[in-house]
Amino acid sequence: MTTTGIGAPVRRKEDFRFITGQGRYTDDIERPGQAHAYFLRSPHAHANIRSIDVSAARAMPGVVGVLTGEDLAKDGVGGLICGWMIHSKDGSPMKAGAHPALAVGKVRYVGDHVAVVIAETLAAAKDAAEAIVVDYETLAPVVDMNAAVKPGAPVIHDVASDNVVYDWHLGDKAATEAAFAKAKHVAKIDLVNNRLVPNPMETRAAIGEYDAGTEGYTLYTTSQNPHVARLVLSAFIGIAPEHKLRVIAPDVGGGFGSKIFIYAEETVCVWAAKKVGRPVKWTSDRTEAFLSDAHGRDHITHAELALDERGKMLAMRVKTKANLGAYLSTFSSCVPTYLYAPLLSGQYDIPAIYCEVEGIYTNTAPVDAYRGAGRPEATFVVERIVEVAARELGQDPAAFRRKNFVRKFPHQTPVIMAYDTGDYAASLDKALELIDYKNIGKRKRESARAGKLRGIGFSAYIEACGIAPSAAVGSLGAGVGLWESAEVRVNPVGTVEVLTGSHSHGQGHETTFAQLVCERLGIPIDQVAIVHGDTDKVQFGMGTYGSRSGAVGMSALSKALDKVIAKAKKVAAYALEASDADIEFKDGRFSVAGTDKSLAFGEVALQAYIAHKFSGQDLEPGLKEGAFYDPTNFTFPSGVHICELEIDPDTGVTKIDRWVAVDDFGIVINPMIVEGQVHGGIAQGVGQALLEGAHYDETGQLVTASYMDYCMPRADDLPSFTVGATVTPCPSNPLGIKGCGEAGAIAAPPAVINALTDALGHEDVTMPATPQVVWRAARKAALRAAAE
Amino acid sequence: MAMTMNGEAVLPAPRDTVWAKLNDPEVLKACIPGCQSLEMTSETEFVAVAKVKVGPVSATFKGRVQLLDLDPPNGYRIQGEGEGGVAGFAKGGAKVSLEEVPEGTKLTYDVEATIGGKLAQLGGRLINGVAKKMADEFFGNFAKAVNPEIAVV
Repeated sequence: MTTTGIGAPVRRKEDFRFITGQGRYTDDIERPGQAHAYFLRSPHAHANIRSIDVSAARAMPGVVGVLTGEDLAKDGVGGLICGWMIHSKDGSPMKAGAHPALAVGKVRYVGDHVAVVIAETLAAAKDAAEAIVVDYETLAPVVDMNAAVKPGAPVIHDVASDNVVYDWHLGDKAATEAAFAKAKHVAKIDLVNNRLVPNPMETRAAIGEYDAGTEGYTLYTTSQNPHVARLVLSAFIGIAPEHKLRVIAPDVGGGFGSKIFIYAEETVCVWAAKKVGRPVKWTSDRTEAFLSDAHGRDHITHAELALDERGKMLAMRVKTKANLGAYLSTFSSCVPTYLYAPLLSGQYDIPAIYCEVEGIYTNTAPVDAYRGAGRPEATFVVERIVEVAARELGQDPAAFRRKNFVRKFPHQTPVIMAYDTGDYAASLDKALELIDYKNIGKRKRESARAGKLRGIGFSAYIEACGIAPSAAVGSLGAGVGLWESAEVRVNPVGTVEVLTGSHSHGQGHETTFAQLVCERLGIPIDQVAIVHGDTDKVQFGMGTYGSRSGAVGMSALSKALDKVIAKAKKVAAYALEASDADIEFKDGRFSVAGTDKSLAFGEVALQAYIAHKFSGQDLEPGLKEGAFYDPTNFTFPSGVHICELEIDPDTGVTKIDRWVAVDDFGIVINPMIVEGQVHGGIAQGVGQALLEGAHYDETGQLVTASYMDYCMPRADDLPSFTVGATVTPCPSNPLGIKGCGEAGAIAAPPAVINALTDALGHEDVTMPATPQVVWRAARKAALRAAAE
Repeated sequence: MAMTMNGEAVLPAPRDTVWAKLNDPEVLKACIPGCQSLEMTSETEFVAVAKVKVGPVSATFKGRVQLLDLDPPNGYRIQGEGEGGVAGFAKGGAKVSLEEVPEGTKLTYDVEATIGGKLAQLGGRLINGVAKKMADEFFGNFAKAVNPEIAVV
């Protein structure tokens, strides 16, 4: 390992820029002649629009234009799309209601886009929005999933008269039922996976621009996948042909999934730029982000686990209702289906699994992928019911898990996935040692003496990352392939530019991708630049989500580097007057085997460009190679997190005392960045478990629409984490990488709730387990103890 | 989001006077906190503009108000809805009844309302407190209006 190669804890190259205010985010960009957009949003959860009168608003000072859904329709601009087709049990396609970027005739959630005002200043746009007169005919809203599927419930989209988007299933029902019939014990659980608001530090923003001379459009936007945005805006929404639309996603301050999707606002900004003949800029304020960023999670689940007399798992059945909100967001349909049910086997050898999922429309913001996307929901189900089963059988939760772990690889689960490698017991053993499990009894007694309740909770998670083999996802309904591209441009002086279709919005690509280049080419890290986020520079790419940048994006880079080295060897052979086969490349030097003749990488690069030593007929000048990499399997990061906490039963305050995370991410490029990803993920998972919850009241108003009412985790909510690792290299990609971006957020919620329920002695705790929830649960536990 | 509020006020004036003042747009305009205009559009309908501040949200509400179930001098039901532009909306009603008591007239009110938009998103936790304060202010003003000589009971 070199000081900057694979495995080195290199400090992030990008951080100096970010922490000194030198980052350049979409809102930092000012285009000449730029006007400002303000969206008038529906204050009603469900209403028909009888009319919209924009005449007064148009006459207001500073107003450049006021546009509505009718204007969009007149220009033939299509609606927003959902890019993953899910079929119901009966084979029928999912019921996708129309999703115009500006409402036509009806609004379906509070925050739905009604009109846009474009003005010289944001203040002028806001003032003019006040002057728009919308005549609403309010309709009864429905926000609760159980209420939405009852006969007679308000109908949100005519195409789905029962508000059911799809009624989907996965697995072998008959085999599962047969296994349940033989079971000696059945554990059952009912769970709510609470709705979350993503809350990246940078809110969404967009600038649309139109050049009448070239008839070309440019969109600056906060995107995790600018090429996907361009594809959707051009091929599906139809704003501009793909070759006339440039999408730039500059520095982006966090996404967590919420910036994958193609939203109404950027669509309108690009279209409106031509309409008003000015660049049009929109930046979301924080309340708009709460209202209109796609939310995460929001499941109601009943699960059952069948066990034999020794506690071996026989089968699992799961029934889930997934809230998809008022419209289908870009990838919403796959999150509670193919990103969820295939993970229900967890780390366990479960012979039969059957899962049913109903996707449901409600008058709430659209719900889509949020850090982990389906996998946290699956892990919450698996790790909660496994814990309950161990408790009901009176077995130690660690031993019970170990007994049921998958041990032989590859392992085909009953729900699509073929686990390639892993050593689940190794992670568990290491985690038990790090948390000092053998003394937990003593620590519980000490807490009890101080009037506190101490609990310990396990979470043995698995996730499917490195998303994803294109043919596999295609067969499951995806509208795109999920390969990645990379291009390596070696300059004549030997510096390197890497163009990647991955996108960094906090993950540290500028460092880790450069580390791979250093490792392979033996050049200093400051001679490597990572270029991403601009469709005019990078030819194509699928972006960053699903912990895919390392496993897929860097695999593409690895392939491109192989090609660069192969070509450079040929150049070196000419320059050194040797045969190709005798050229060795090591530590940044090309040498002729068995001689002291050698050239540095930069010297060979120069030879490639001056092309003095070879004929253009034998070898093309230049040194630039590209590669597309399509994975052959998902990757399967796994690990064990253990949470140990203490409850004050008098106040309901939960204090997390210890946290151990032992993850198997395969080969790690930069352990410091990986640890940071784990820390952030755990913080978000603890946020879900203890603090965060998006709540709509029965009239469909989002009553948690600011930080006054929506509680984000802070440093003092968290302990110092103990992060350990085990390594089984991933066999399906050239680097052995599995991915680490979502693990913490996947592992953490069940670890916290298992610890809380361990401390309380009963299972009746909902997320977020706020002090009020915990205080009530502690009282219930105390009353029960008194009664016994 | 839904909001309910009820209360009573004893006004130092005979019931007929209170009833008359309750139906006098000029009096209502003077008594409603933040009221900028109030115009009768028929015997039982008027349009009003009022400026309201709920925590961080301040808005000018334009609303239509209707008087229903008129039962002079025992009471009526007042029903209305107002749009506050980007701040949201409020709609609802109040049942107002008048009863003769030794000190004058007891006015009882029972409000049910729903609010939406920014008002609910940012002001939700404050709305009951603000509504109660506005009600107190209204009845303070109204008591003076029905009997300028006597202070509020």
